[in-house]
Amino acid sequence: MASTDSKIQEFVDREYEHGFVTDIEAESIEPGLDESVVRWISAKKGEPQWLLDWRLKAFRQWQDMVEPTWALVEYPKIDYQSITYFSSPKSKKDGPKSLDEVDPELLEAYEKLGIPLKEREALAGVAVDAVFDSVSVATTFKAKLYELGIIFCSFSEAVKEHPELIQKYLGSVVPTTDNYFAALNSAVFSDGSFVYIPKGVRCPMELSTYFRINAANTGQFERTLIVADEGAYVSYLEGCTAPMRDENQLHAAVVELVAMDDARIKYSTVQNWYPGDKNGKGGIYNFVTKRGNCKGRNSHISWTQVETGSAITWKYPSCILSGDNSIGEFYSVALTNNYQQADTGTKMIHLGKNTRSTIISKGISAGHGQNTYRGQVKIQKGADNARNFSQCDSLLMGDRCGAHTVPYIEVNNPSAQMEHEATTSKIGEDQLFYCRQRGISEEDAISMIVNGFCKEVLRELPMEFAVEAQNLLGVSLEGSVG
Amino acid sequence: MLKIENLHASADGTPILHGIDLEIAAGEVHAVMGPNGSGKSTLSNVLAGKPGYEVTKGRVLFQGEDLLALEPEERARSGVFLAFQYPVEIPGVGNNYFLKASVNAVRTHRGEEELDAMDFLQVCREKMKVVDMPEDLMNRSINEGFSGGEKKRNEILQMLLLEPKLCILDETDSGLDIDALRVVAGGVNALRGPERSMLIITHYQRLLDYIVPDRVHVLQDGRIVRTGGKELALELESRGYGWLEEAAENSGSAG
Ligand SMILES: Nc1ncnc2c1ncn2[C@@H]1O[C@H](COP(=O)(O)OP(=O)(O)OP(=O)(O)O)[C@@H](O)[C@H]1O
Ligand SMILES: [Mg+2]
Repeated sequence: MASTDSKIQEFVDREYEHGFVTDIEAESIEPGLDESVVRWISAKKGEPQWLLDWRLKAFRQWQDMVEPTWALVEYPKIDYQSITYFSSPKSKKDGPKSLDEVDPELLEAYEKLGIPLKEREALAGVAVDAVFDSVSVATTFKAKLYELGIIFCSFSEAVKEHPELIQKYLGSVVPTTDNYFAALNSAVFSDGSFVYIPKGVRCPMELSTYFRINAANTGQFERTLIVADEGAYVSYLEGCTAPMRDENQLHAAVVELVAMDDARIKYSTVQNWYPGDKNGKGGIYNFVTKRGNCKGRNSHISWTQVETGSAITWKYPSCILSGDNSIGEFYSVALTNNYQQADTGTKMIHLGKNTRSTIISKGISAGHGQNTYRGQVKIQKGADNARNFSQCDSLLMGDRCGAHTVPYIEVNNPSAQMEHEATTSKIGEDQLFYCRQRGISEEDAISMIVNGFCKEVLRELPMEFAVEAQNLLGVSLEGSVG
Repeated sequence: MLKIENLHASADGTPILHGIDLEIAAGEVHAVMGPNGSGKSTLSNVLAGKPGYEVTKGRVLFQGEDLLALEPEERARSGVFLAFQYPVEIPGVGNNYFLKASVNAVRTHRGEEELDAMDFLQVCREKMKVVDMPEDLMNRSINEGFSGGEKKRNEILQMLLLEPKLCILDETDSGLDIDALRVVAGGVNALRGPERSMLIITHYQRLLDYIVPDRVHVLQDGRIVRTGGKELALELESRGYGWLEEAAENSGSAG
């Protein structure tokens, strides 16, 4: 039995593979946050007055707010005055026009992460908008997408080129006052991505962004906005890895999705930020606000996430089902090991008639990891015939970790149909022995069982992401794709 | 093929096997019978290398080599197969995928090429016919929601696919209806051959009507108290185990 436990431990203890620091001269401001910093960021980015005003309003609101404490996570108090709020890789004045102009060291960093831009471009036809620290450095396929009327660019660029769209939708799903971290992000966000898919257009490729945190003590405040107009379709992939650092780094991103009539947005995340070491030292604090508005009739938003990194994860990708017949989905795998803590889940707010939501959450806890599913399903008065299905499963590896399920259900319309299932299981000695008795190594057996546990979520991921997720979970992907 | 010498073993610190001697030559089929709790499953688990058991004395040679020194997966790859008394369910892991991974792990060990999905499917279909296994069981998770009989068939199917050298069947007949019993026995007999040995644990003579053993052993309180030919099983069927105990006591006081 001892050998089994130690094997599980070994599996769990695998060193973070992406821990290296890229040496790029950063252009940063001094740590600290006050109104002048907000103005500095806005000026640095050459923003219009309305955006500066928006940031300042958010900043003042943030100053009056308190950091939330309801999540089941523990961490030392964050000193917001010790954080640097802007840093960009030193670049040529106009930024790179093609990959050839991108800092070779940066490209090498991606290479090490297994994200060869060029190969991806050629092989998978994926347009990659790479965010390094706070500024977009490479955007590909833009022209091709532009022919279809699709806009896929950095947030800063969108502010310049498409101010009317940004002004219309920015903060329309996640208002500046939504929560502490969203307010902070609104005040100091550095960059991010913007996507607009026009009426009736089906985006012909997966859109993908890789985030990477680098410079020491740099908060990351990304802002992503995706708008799918009537009948449009887009699948967006977000992948994150970060180099190893000792000090905790704060990440507070905001993602807003808007789906009009008959539109569909599929948003997939593989989050692999530095989780801290075996003793819980270091790691990313990930406080993210992600929300989609199914604004139009028959609109459809799916969130799929595989969360394996970060020391602290605080994240609830949600759907507001405003349009009649709209559909919201949340598929999640959250893995915590060593001293990682995750408090993650979703909110499904049913406003329109005949709205449907599905929640599939798989929590895997190992080591001393703590994993909480927190989900809210709210059926509003006018939401006739709303339906929700929730399934929350927890898998424990070893006996020092924890799994918690905290569902909130509020039903204000008697026609609602709600289903909730929850299970907790342990990787059993007997299961492992069964596999080994059939010649399968213990490590492969663990992978197989973990992967089997996550299957319903993994199969929601686009192919190339599923492969990455499989690597992250250390599993050989088991026929769930294809 | 298999040589067990003075095997003593404990489970989680409790001594259960108290000196087992048993030798099975290549091509032989041995049956092990004995009352509940006598240590039959313990013996098979120790042979297969289940964690949690400790061998405190004695040794086991498999094909002349120290079996106990090997990890469970190494034992499996070198040809030790255990059909479990209670096969576990593994949700989310496809039976088909699992069997293929298993077959290929064993093939790789033998220096054979791995089977691809198509080849595997073909081989698998053939063997499924032998145990009369419906195709849809292959597409379900391992043993999940399988009936008792289906689980046992699945064990025999795996045995047919892996073609082990030593087959240990732990009460594979329990819970089977008469037809299923015949099917399972047919599967086992299909594997019988001069290069293969079998250790069949059972409570019932009826299985031995189909799979006729060369030797029958009776296990009681962690010891083999009697060994005989196939007629011993018939005798046990009519007389139970009590007379053996008395016989053992008598011989004990006499000696
Ligand atoms: N982990 C353990 N800790 C303590 N005792 C154990 C453990 N495992 C088995 N035993 C005991 O060892 C004895 C033998 O068990 P075993 O399962 O080998 O019996 P068996 O002959 O297979 O019985 P059955 O015919 O009911 O299947 C039983 O008394 C059982 O309770
Ligand atoms: Mg038994």
